Amino acid sequence: MLKLLKLLREYRKEAVLAPAFKLLEALFELFVPLVVASIIDNGIANSHKAHIIKMAVVMVVLSFVGFTASVIAQYFSAKASVGFATKIRSKLFTKIMHMSYSELDKAGTSSLITHMTSDINQIQTGTNLTLRLFMRSPCIVFGAMIMAFTINTKLALIFTAMITVLSVIVFTVILGTVPLYKKVQNSLGALTGNVRENIGGVRIIKGFRKEDSEKESFVNNAAELERSQKFVGRITALMNPLTYLVVNGAIMFLIYRGAINVKSGNLTQGEVIALYNYMTQILVELVKLANLIITITKAIACGQRVQGVIDSVQGEYKTDKKHETKNGLPKVEFRNVSFRYPSSGELLLKNISFSVNAGDTVGIIGATGSGKTTLVNLIPAFYDVTDGEVLLDGINVTDIDKLSLRKRFGIVPQTATLVKDTLRENLNWRNADATDEEIMRIAKLACVDNVILDKKDGLDSYSDQMGKNFSGGQRQRLTVARALVGEPEILILDDSSSALDYATDAALRRAIASLPYEHTTFIVSQRTSAILDADKIIVLDDGEIIGIGTHDELYNNCITYREIHDLQFSSNGDGE
Amino acid sequence: MKKQSTLKRVLLYIRPHIGLVALIVLLSAAAVAMTLYVPIVLGHAIDLITGKDRVDINGVLNKISLIAVLVILTAVIQWVIGVINNRMTYSIVRQIRTDAFLKIQTLPVSYIDSTSHGAMLNRVIADVDVFSDGLLMGFTQLFTGVMTIVGTLIFMLALNVKIALIVIILTPGSILISKFVASKTFKLFRDQAAAREVQSAVIEESITTAKTIKAFCVEDRIIEKFEKTNDDLKKASVGAIFYSSLVNPSTRFLNGVIYALVALAGAVIVLPPVRGISVGILVCFLGYANQYTKPFNEISGVIAEFQNALACAGRIFELIDTPSESDNASVDSFTNGVKGKIEIRDLCFSYVKDKPLIENFNITVEPGQMVAIVGPTGCGKTTIINLLMRFYEPDSGRIYLDGVDIHSISRRELRENYGMVLQDTWIKKGTVAENIALGKPNASIDEIVAAAKQVHAHSFIKRLPKGYDTVVDNEGAVLSQGQRQLISIARVMLAMPAVLILDEATSSIDIRTEGMIQAAFDKLTAGRTSFVVAHRLSTVKNADLIIVMKDGHIVETGNHTELLCRKGFYNSIYESQFLHSEEE
Repeated sequence: MLKLLKLLREYRKEAVLAPAFKLLEALFELFVPLVVASIIDNGIANSHKAHIIKMAVVMVVLSFVGFTASVIAQYFSAKASVGFATKIRSKLFTKIMHMSYSELDKAGTSSLITHMTSDINQIQTGTNLTLRLFMRSPCIVFGAMIMAFTINTKLALIFTAMITVLSVIVFTVILGTVPLYKKVQNSLGALTGNVRENIGGVRIIKGFRKEDSEKESFVNNAAELERSQKFVGRITALMNPLTYLVVNGAIMFLIYRGAINVKSGNLTQGEVIALYNYMTQILVELVKLANLIITITKAIACGQRVQGVIDSVQGEYKTDKKHETKNGLPKVEFRNVSFRYPSSGELLLKNISFSVNAGDTVGIIGATGSGKTTLVNLIPAFYDVTDGEVLLDGINVTDIDKLSLRKRFGIVPQTATLVKDTLRENLNWRNADATDEEIMRIAKLACVDNVILDKKDGLDSYSDQMGKNFSGGQRQRLTVARALVGEPEILILDDSSSALDYATDAALRRAIASLPYEHTTFIVSQRTSAILDADKIIVLDDGEIIGIGTHDELYNNCITYREIHDLQFSSNGDGE
Repeated sequence: MKKQSTLKRVLLYIRPHIGLVALIVLLSAAAVAMTLYVPIVLGHAIDLITGKDRVDINGVLNKISLIAVLVILTAVIQWVIGVINNRMTYSIVRQIRTDAFLKIQTLPVSYIDSTSHGAMLNRVIADVDVFSDGLLMGFTQLFTGVMTIVGTLIFMLALNVKIALIVIILTPGSILISKFVASKTFKLFRDQAAAREVQSAVIEESITTAKTIKAFCVEDRIIEKFEKTNDDLKKASVGAIFYSSLVNPSTRFLNGVIYALVALAGAVIVLPPVRGISVGILVCFLGYANQYTKPFNEISGVIAEFQNALACAGRIFELIDTPSESDNASVDSFTNGVKGKIEIRDLCFSYVKDKPLIENFNITVEPGQMVAIVGPTGCGKTTIINLLMRFYEPDSGRIYLDGVDIHSISRRELRENYGMVLQDTWIKKGTVAENIALGKPNASIDEIVAAAKQVHAHSFIKRLPKGYDTVVDNEGAVLSQGQRQLISIARVMLAMPAVLILDEATSSIDIRTEGMIQAAFDKLTAGRTSFVVAHRLSTVKNADLIIVMKDGHIVETGNHTELLCRKGFYNSIYESQFLHSEEE
């Protein structure tokens, strides 16, 4: 939480001025009981009307100055707390965007979204109230105590005792509820998961008529949330009554001791009244403080969660090392590479070694779950290898700055998604300066130019969130186009034609092969037809290479490969 | 949604708790009365200590014991009120969330497809949170506030009419200030909520697609886009928060003026010749003047919160009020089980009004037949599936299942007879076993394993960290796309429905595994009506009926041999598949 506060630095001025002006307002309020005491002891006791009127005017002036100070404070406070929350949001979002693949896997989409929204909102509310009240309230409380000491030292000790007892109560409640609020937020996270599932998985849930069990799961989580909220509520509801008890207990003792002191002539009636007024001022502030504590506790709990995420992000390794590209080395080389996800125990790739020359096309084929995607994910260093090395132009990819490394790649991921923006802004990801002509030329290569031209606004047409306004095949071709813009040096097509018909797929592959510059291509596919012409085909089975070579070599030497190929073509063949 | 109708809706949610509300009102009244009585007793006590040797210690002690009793009672009641209020608020919040969730469950799929998921989520989670904070804060404070005002007025009038009148005359000032600020802030809070919704959508989308974003190194561009929404939200928030926070200082200022006037008037009245009240009662009055305006502060603070809460509530109710898909009550139409005859008559459908996609579509499928739908991407194949399952409703035309119009039966009953594997696989958060048993929740583990074995998923599931008990979800990296698809197929294998819908069911599965599970598919489709969307013509060759689509229209129908002989569009797609084999 403390580290987050650094983000408040830019609003240092506001964050200092807000409580400062609040303090000012509080100071003016502290004078009021003295003015009242003066009315009683001087004005009333001496029947001095002019003095009474003068004092009343003083009170109005004090109020007005206090009001002005307060408005200024509220403005600074709003500015600082909103600015602070905006900064945190910005920082967290940037961190999330810079998370490595394994960090993203670990953090989980749902909880990241909760952190970005609900958690940070709580922090904002907490900060705002803190700036407005947290300085003011203690100031009034201690100010009133100091004022009490100026009136009568012995009686003021009652104030000290009372404030000590109250502090103990307040801190016990805070410390006791922080973990409970975390539990509440976690329950809320589970509920968020329920809702997300029912939106994202609508077809499956409806198709399998799981509405009832989904409802049951939601209802259970909602009940759990309610239970934990009520439990925290019961504890925090103690705060106000306890404060009321303690303060009034102190007032009773004050009146009793005051009576004894007035009797012996050590104190005047007006002074007893002033002390009493200070006491009630303290009460009013403490009630506010108690409510504030609840909000702050929530904010701290949320702040800790957000800080936890920010701290957990190692981000990705950056290096300034300059590398000389040596000629004659393989473009991409795997040396004894093994890999497992940090989250699961099983090795997904075992002892993979191969090399690829610049300009070559590499096909990767294998059964579902054999590690094809995992393998290509290691080339742009999306994940770090568990063992071995992945080399690009002879340089270990972990030694290359991630940004400059990835800019050399054109990648078509398995799941085709776009973002809510114009098609132009979706397609020029690899080169923000790409001209419309260039984009349309590439779109034509990717067989998707008609889709764009059919839209009323062409490249200015908008894609919905995740590209939902396009069919699976259209989306897939758009993502191919996105990868081809800006002449990528290395292309990775991860089963990027699953939603395409054969004719489109074939046309697309021909177009890629004919790109007029040197490019190394990796094609992950289920179909041998997609990789027949590859310079090198890697056959994966259960995370191991069981065959490597051209189509002809493999067809003759690798039983699995031949099986895959025959299955595909024989079943088609006998229809002719 | 209008502010007032929103408020009415909120009251409807409160109505079932009317007993608790009454209890809160009663208890608050008691607490307020006692709280207000304490200063009077104190005033009397102070009057007993007028000066040196003029102090009645025993009298003071009597007063103090009375105060002690009042204070303890008040504290207990305050706690009880707090607990009851929590209880009510949280159960209302749960109710609203549940209603919103149930609504989401009944929304038309078309609505969900076309609405930002992040925004919808935001309404159910964040908006309800803000609403509950406003309501929780609001409820008790509103009641105690109003009652303190009324109570104070009564007590003041009883003590001294003149001073009481000063206070009453100045009261409207506080109300006016609160009202002014409240009306101003409602709009600002609404703007803030709108800005927040836009931002939520960007957050949801960016986090979901974070990996792709990273692959293209466009983090900076996405961050820039986010920063813009962050800036907009900041501007909207500063305004909303600043204006709403003006209420307190303004009423406090007015409070200060009233306090000064009460002190002035009170002191004059204490003095001869009037001698209307004692010094102790003046102190009591000053205490009241303080307490009297405090509830105004609170109420206006509450009102500001309430504005925000109402703006959020409005958005939640908007979601809850979105029309559900209508469902005709089901008469058990299929008492003897479904045979699986499907007729489609004069079906028309379009996503956009003036752009017809499917026009006058007619087919008859006999029970047990296999229908394949083929054609280039984006030609409307998936749309037919959407219509068959009633995820979308046709513009006109009818679909009959065993001679029954599927619009005359409930969607649930209809879907009970369908089993589907979709192109976009979706994995529910839960164990692998739970995911396979989605269509048959009471399946034994043996049945689940058998289904997994049939689709050759058993070997990879076994290798997962906890086998069938491994928790998977739709986002993590545990399962590959193909593995997800295998699990989706296993689901259908286990459920054994009457009609099968396979929409590119094997698109991410390697051809060898596909070959291996083909036998299982054949067994499954034997005797069952099935609709198969596929681009691999090898899988559809044996279909009884092939529907060839292009641009939303059916261009050819027939079986494989017939269609090849016709040398039409089907033939041309078919040949393109063998481009490579011909080249060899």
